[in-house]
Amino acid sequence: MDAPALQLRGASKRFGAVQALEGVDLDVRSGEVVALVGDNGAGKSTLIKGIAGVQPFDEGEISIAGAVARIMTPQQAAAYGIATVYQDLALCDNLDVVANLFLGHEPLKLRRLDETSMEKQAHTLLAELSVRIPSVRTKVASLSGGQRQSVAIARSLIGQPKVVLLDEPTAALGVAQTAQVLQLVSRLREQGLAVILISHNLADVFAVSDRIEVLRLGRNGGAFRTSEARNEDVVAAITGATQERFGQALAEAQAEHAGGGE
Amino acid sequence: MSTTMEKDPRLTETDRSFGGYVTSAGRRIASGDLGSLPVIVGLVVTWIIFTLLNDRFLSALNITNLMLQIAATGTIAVGVTFVLLLGEIDLSVGSVSGVTSAILAVLITRSGWGNGPAVVAAVVVGVLIGLIHGTLFTKARMPAFVVTLAGLIGWQGLQLYVLGQGGSINIPDGPVTALTDQFLVPAYGWGLAAICVLGFGAVQFTRRTARSRAGLPTGDVTLLILQIVGLAVVLGVTVLVLNADRGVPMVILVYLVIIVVCAFLLRRTSFGRHLFAVGGNIEAARRAGIRVDAVRIAAFTISSALAAVGGILAASRLTAVTQSSGGGDVLLYAIAAAVIGGTSLFGGRGSVWSALLGMIVIGSITNGLDLLSVSSAVRFMVIGLVLVVAVLLDSLSRRGQPQRR
Repeated sequence: MDAPALQLRGASKRFGAVQALEGVDLDVRSGEVVALVGDNGAGKSTLIKGIAGVQPFDEGEISIAGAVARIMTPQQAAAYGIATVYQDLALCDNLDVVANLFLGHEPLKLRRLDETSMEKQAHTLLAELSVRIPSVRTKVASLSGGQRQSVAIARSLIGQPKVVLLDEPTAALGVAQTAQVLQLVSRLREQGLAVILISHNLADVFAVSDRIEVLRLGRNGGAFRTSEARNEDVVAAITGATQERFGQALAEAQAEHAGGGE
Repeated sequence: MSTTMEKDPRLTETDRSFGGYVTSAGRRIASGDLGSLPVIVGLVVTWIIFTLLNDRFLSALNITNLMLQIAATGTIAVGVTFVLLLGEIDLSVGSVSGVTSAILAVLITRSGWGNGPAVVAAVVVGVLIGLIHGTLFTKARMPAFVVTLAGLIGWQGLQLYVLGQGGSINIPDGPVTALTDQFLVPAYGWGLAAICVLGFGAVQFTRRTARSRAGLPTGDVTLLILQIVGLAVVLGVTVLVLNADRGVPMVILVYLVIIVVCAFLLRRTSFGRHLFAVGGNIEAARRAGIRVDAVRIAAFTISSALAAVGGILAASRLTAVTQSSGGGDVLLYAIAAAVIGGTSLFGGRGSVWSALLGMIVIGSITNGLDLLSVSSAVRFMVIGLVLVVAVLLDSLSRRGQPQRR
């Protein structure tokens, strides 16, 4: 088997007195969606920021396609083919869709912005992903949440990345928009990208991922194949409740609920 | 291509024909995106009022004077726009224009430098000052307000020091004073207008051809031709009026070139795109791999460099540099011009053309009130009121919009 598109070994990060991550391991292969789940403060965002070079890890080793990579800045991460879509979208409201898609990587012609080529590529890219927006010249400020998320994801593909990190792409989206974004995630997998998806929403995780990695209090808290995993096992791994205790609590809650209903 | 893109029926798509353009422009205005409309209406109203009060207001002589009056502060306003687009402020531009013009005057009169080298030296000092401001702001993480407030005070001190005893230096006749007292002969004025119109038309048609070759939608030709004709009319009337007096002043040529270059920089280069991005969402810009600090330092540098150029133009007009050069209302008018034109103090929105419009408004009010021999007291109050109304209109019109900036 060839090396994973991205491999993380022993990633640690400390903020003052808080050990946000300690010895976290993670593997993602090409054409695979790995869901990273965990409770608030479990270290999901810290992990993403470490891989993306926004806040480098204190310790730990990142390998890209089998070769050790040194990622200290977002630019280095981009050079290794890692693209990140952040929870807060990181789009510029005052710029149009085309400008946002190519931000930081604008094609130039005679040292001027090549607007024609940008607009054409934007059309192609958005059509490939079946993203629906009024016009590629619309200011991002006037797009809906789902459209903004789609633009943000489409943007991550501009540099032809190998690994895409998605931080809570469906948070704050409606039902139809969530479905739209999840379809988009499946399309990324079809295109052979390695996808790391952070989500709080287990329904989304089960709908789209191949594997589930649980983070708990900054450590690996469990790993599942999505096709074999049961919802309550994943919840138990996230909350740290032993399965027994969790099962008991669940049974009690159900009994209580059933009792209350009668 | 776009054939595979499904259209959402609720979207109000802009039809790229002339009629479609009018409809969508009407819709934009109705929804509160006024653009430059209030400024232009305000300008027309101002001109009508002043013409009614004094028929000399629209005379060729007075329009020429108006142009000469606004070039210096207008240039400074163009520079300030770069910093405003970041969502920051540069309070030092008045003092920087003062100190650099003082250096220019001293180099010419006391050190015997030629006009050319002295101008270069003054602009270089402006660049260095901008680098200092930008570095303190980005690397030392001082608020721009504080950095440039210190600059406002400090550089004015340096100006007084450079001017030394007497505090006033006359600039001998030469290229610097020629900027203001030399005019293009009428034929050159017409040639200049023709070049502008043809250049604009050529650029627009080239872009159009490139777009249609790439299979992208192009606007209606009628609209484009109307734009070109509109520009031709505006420039033609301006040149006609100026030629009726002494011709197009050299200083206006300088001012125009600066505006065109800056507009190009902001709209057509990756630097300009990045500047807007940093002003719109600095975190997004940083994550997109933009070298945010470099962009911010560049903006402060451009601001100070253009302040230096503005200082030189002011020295040219006054044919002297005094202790009060660059003081008083220069800073206030420069920032007010940019803001009246529609540049947002929150960053990410504005243009150098709006700084030009705003400057014409302020210049017209100042000039018109001077013609009526009204005191500075009234002038300041009127301009203050105009500033409030301009920003009020802008913020009211944006209430219904998705973002409030």
